[in-house]
Amino acid sequence: MKLFTETGRYLLMLKGMVSKPENGKMYWKEFMHQCSDIGIGSLGIVVIISFFMGAVSAVQTAYQLVSPIIPKSTIAQIVRDTVILEFAPTLVCIVLAGVVGSKIASELGNMRVSEQIDALEIMGINSKAYLVMPKILAALLVIPMLVVVSAGLGILGGRIAGTASGILSATDYTKGLLQNFTPYNVFFAMAKSYTFAFFISSIPAYYGYNVSGGALEIGRASTKSVVVSCVLILMADYVLSALLL
Amino acid sequence: MIEVKNLKKGFGDKLVIKGVDATMQAGKCNLIIGSSGSGKTVFMKCLVGLFEPDEGEILYSGQDLVTMTDEQRKETRKQIGMLFQGSALFDSLTVEQNVMFPLDMFTKDSYQDKLKRVNEVLDRVNLKDANKKFPAEISGGMKKRVGIARAIVLNPKYLFCDEPNSGLDPQTSLVIDQLIKELTTEYNITTVINTHDMNSVMEIGDNIIYMYQGEKEWEGNNKEIIFNKNEKLNSFIFASEFLKDAKDMRMLEVKGKIDNDRNMDELLNSDEDVLNS
Repeated sequence: MKLFTETGRYLLMLKGMVSKPENGKMYWKEFMHQCSDIGIGSLGIVVIISFFMGAVSAVQTAYQLVSPIIPKSTIAQIVRDTVILEFAPTLVCIVLAGVVGSKIASELGNMRVSEQIDALEIMGINSKAYLVMPKILAALLVIPMLVVVSAGLGILGGRIAGTASGILSATDYTKGLLQNFTPYNVFFAMAKSYTFAFFISSIPAYYGYNVSGGALEIGRASTKSVVVSCVLILMADYVLSALLL
Repeated sequence: MIEVKNLKKGFGDKLVIKGVDATMQAGKCNLIIGSSGSGKTVFMKCLVGLFEPDEGEILYSGQDLVTMTDEQRKETRKQIGMLFQGSALFDSLTVEQNVMFPLDMFTKDSYQDKLKRVNEVLDRVNLKDANKKFPAEISGGMKKRVGIARAIVLNPKYLFCDEPNSGLDPQTSLVIDQLIKELTTEYNITTVINTHDMNSVMEIGDNIIYMYQGEKEWEGNNKEIIFNKNEKLNSFIFASEFLKDAKDMRMLEVKGKIDNDRNMDELLNSDEDVLNS
């Protein structure tokens, strides 16, 4: 029963944020601010994770491909597809659910508790539209970009790790990358990243916006939003894989 | 002017506001007082539209806030300024940006014009050299003044203050009270103040509403409150011995038995008969 109530409230929040902006310029400013916060703010962690994700992927694939019949270039092919299909969109989005999600939930939760959201409402500003919508739109714009960056860096990480440890040559790696490339995989990765970006921004926004109480509740809302986002990302990952692959 | 008719608001089975009628007069400080849990915060939140009442009317210059369309409500809210208990300043913005925020959102003025208006109101609340500071860098009293500046920057017709003196020392409280009073008369604003502070009640209470368990128990002004015969109100206002003494002293003073210079000595020497006379 609680699940239905929460889902209903979540949908009402999404409905409530669709309204004519009081001042388009201010909304644009807030949108750009959120793009910078979510995009630039998460770039560091995405770079580190992606690089090592690709490197580990290359080393472990090589470890498992022991047959001499399989050409070395297959390692690059497997790294490429794993990174594009799964690691870049899913792993990075799970990390972003923690980094971005907790930030959104705690920011809105703090604004709710300190009556800043009430202050906006009193001024005649639709607080859902002004605070939540720019966050969701910014996430939908920058998270797919981060996923593309992540995929590129993951493949680069695999190349550096593979050549540095002598698993395969740079030429073999490049050859493997170009073998049997399916552009549809990129479309699939993008479809996943848009879906996950929506969860990463809207779920924490819902929990943060509806906080009641004090500092303890802000912490709880933040944790809950990250857990729910991660579970939804994994469920959506399965559903999208079953539907689109 | 704000008229409230038969306002009722409950949460679950519990009725918190039990049919309150009140009139908030323009150009006057309308105070809502009452003990914790008496429903004054819920009452104020209904007045500004943060809570939807279950029953009743809230008339802003004759227009009912409850039945207004979203657009009408937005327009009405632009005429409302509110000072929150914790000031509710935006943490990431400077003092100047906080005060400029409503202007940025609702006017198309140039930056220079907006800055001029911001400096005007900051000057009006006696806040200088704080434009570039963040809320975390200023004192509680300064935050309240920034809150007031932000509330009045669009020249509102209605000003709501939720416990404007909470967390402030008596001297700063007095400054804030005087400031609210001056702004109310200067701009002919309908000011509604939710307070526990008896000093405010005595100093600026042009119209006082005492709420008790969700009902309006008493209404009057700061002169009438001294002589009121309502037991519940008296036990709320004159809760401490000190305040009881102050009341007696004030009654003596009003009755002309003693003057301001001698009242303390007289009070200390007076007996019950004198006080009750």
